[in-house]
Amino acid sequence: METLPPAESAVVQRIASDLKGRPGPLLEVLHAIQAALGYVPGAAVPIVAEVLNLSRAEVHGVVTFYHYFRRSRPGAHTVSLCQAEACQSMGAAALAAHARRRLGIDFHQTSPDGRFSLEPIYCLGNCACSPAVMIDGRLYGRVTPERFDALVADGAPSP
Amino acid sequence: MTTLVYVPGDAGALSLGAGEVARAIAEEAARRRAAVKVVRNGSRGAYWLEPLIEVLTPRGRLAYGPVTTADVAGLFEADFLNGGSHALSLGATEAIPWLKGQQRLTFERVGIIDPTSVADYVKHGGYQGLTRALSMEPAAIVQEITTSGLRGRGGAAFPTGIKWKTVLDQPAGQKYVTCNADEGDSGTFSDRMLMEGDPLALIEGMTIAGVAVGATQGYIYLRAEYPHALRALRTAIAAAHQARYLGSDVAGAGKRFDLEVRVGAGAYICGEETSMLESLEGRRGEVRVRPPLPAVKGLFGQPTIVNNVVTLASVPWILQHGAQAYANFGMGKSRGTLPIQLAGNIRRGGLVERAFGLTLRELLYDYGGGTATGKPIRAVQVGGPLGAYIPASQFDTAVDYEALAGIGAMLGHGGIVVFDDSVDMARMARYAMEFCAIESCGKCTPCRIGSTRGVEVIDRILAGVDGERNVRLLEELCETMVQGSLCGLGGMAPFPVQSALRHFREDFRGRVK
Repeated sequence: METLPPAESAVVQRIASDLKGRPGPLLEVLHAIQAALGYVPGAAVPIVAEVLNLSRAEVHGVVTFYHYFRRSRPGAHTVSLCQAEACQSMGAAALAAHARRRLGIDFHQTSPDGRFSLEPIYCLGNCACSPAVMIDGRLYGRVTPERFDALVADGAPSP
Repeated sequence: MTTLVYVPGDAGALSLGAGEVARAIAEEAARRRAAVKVVRNGSRGAYWLEPLIEVLTPRGRLAYGPVTTADVAGLFEADFLNGGSHALSLGATEAIPWLKGQQRLTFERVGIIDPTSVADYVKHGGYQGLTRALSMEPAAIVQEITTSGLRGRGGAAFPTGIKWKTVLDQPAGQKYVTCNADEGDSGTFSDRMLMEGDPLALIEGMTIAGVAVGATQGYIYLRAEYPHALRALRTAIAAAHQARYLGSDVAGAGKRFDLEVRVGAGAYICGEETSMLESLEGRRGEVRVRPPLPAVKGLFGQPTIVNNVVTLASVPWILQHGAQAYANFGMGKSRGTLPIQLAGNIRRGGLVERAFGLTLRELLYDYGGGTATGKPIRAVQVGGPLGAYIPASQFDTAVDYEALAGIGAMLGHGGIVVFDDSVDMARMARYAMEFCAIESCGKCTPCRIGSTRGVEVIDRILAGVDGERNVRLLEELCETMVQGSLCGLGGMAPFPVQSALRHFREDFRGRVK
């Protein structure tokens, strides 16, 4: 198993200790770890299990159940393309093919230069403005291939 | 004198540039030394006009849209701050025909008020429902909800009053009110709009529920895909605490109610109520076997209300205006109004709140104006990824729980996704199975294995391999999943497949060699 740098290990330890008194804290703890480190490292699992008095299997089971929790370090920017029906009706599949070509990666991959991670997402609640894309928590609607290129042009979305 | 300019802070409007427009207006106003206050309201729901900005004038609120940053200087030149005429003028917002014909009860304040302001909320009728509820016996509050005919707007359409009564009738002790804000159905965004545009309505509804059944703690289970709604809810909860509408002494009536938002983690299944409770407890979102019902043994084993956002946000209106006033809207056993969402390939998409009973055709053509691509509508999917595909021959069906069930469809959460004639229905059927395979919690076999086998069988049909036989096999597989699955995911994922086979069989037969 990978080992965590001591600083990150301390972050995990502190988050779990801070939140352990809350009712049903595990998802809260994992969210906080991902917010701090960008993902939930495998080496965080035994630390969280110990602090929350759970088995490693229980923590691992929760981390792997939820699509939102990442188990590898993400790129500098996370690009999520909605693949659900409303966006499909407005060309989400073609946009996804374009995005794969443009970024040179498939879904669930991170570009070799570490700039982008590409993820499918199933509904961003922007279904009257399809197709929808989210980049680093920012939502974009009616995204054409041209607009997509502009959004990722500088490696960072426009504000 | 300072002029109020409304620029939506709604995620959908932001996705079309409303944030940049708000900044441009503030900058241009500063440059011209014009006294302008920009209010970030919710969206009116006319997404085809977003970013739709409004100016408060002596003639009321006047609308302009869709506005881009390139239009801002021109709007100032046209003196829009005094309602000046401009190419983007839409006149009085209330008079826009698309909005004017709507019957907004639950969404009465969305797009109108500043969602962060308790004072604005109260000025527009907020907290009158809670005030009335606090003067009533708990059983009378529950009876009011029962009489209103309100049914669960999340999709299952279970009578809300009956659910509340079950919780009320449990022995005193720790009880919970939970709000299912895991709006994961494609084509739906009413929960998101409400939480961003009028979060205090949800907070008030949950507070009333707590008072009614004797619960002191509420949780909102919000999906992770809604960061804007999370910020709106957290801001509103803090404001409600500050104004003493939440906390140890709600509205000075000596009752406690606390509220917390918990964020999901991208699991569609957590929209199923028992799976949501598992997730709230910090576990894998695996479905529980019922009974016991959550109303008897729910969150942390205690009696728990689980209601959807729109259900709970409808409660303040019902308490404020009375059960009968609400029940006067609607048809048959579908009482009140439904915020319907027009989505996908539609020219004028957005939120239409109307009493139950209008037809799909009125929605798709009168409101929607047909497809965005200008091609004929071939199919609509109503009720999310587990909802049936409906062909044009059935567009005269009324939006009503029973009427849609009568044609083998379901209303669900009120989302309507429109497809033009380029859609390949065999591919959409494949997607329904694929989605189920991705999102299955894995607890029961028909859903976990059946969905994967479903993708494989449809792939063979698409490849033209032994088509007739594989279509029959697919039909049998659907039946097994419908009959044998533990919850609605596996139990309803076949609905889009079966309806595609029933109404669009040519898309499958085309592959048969």
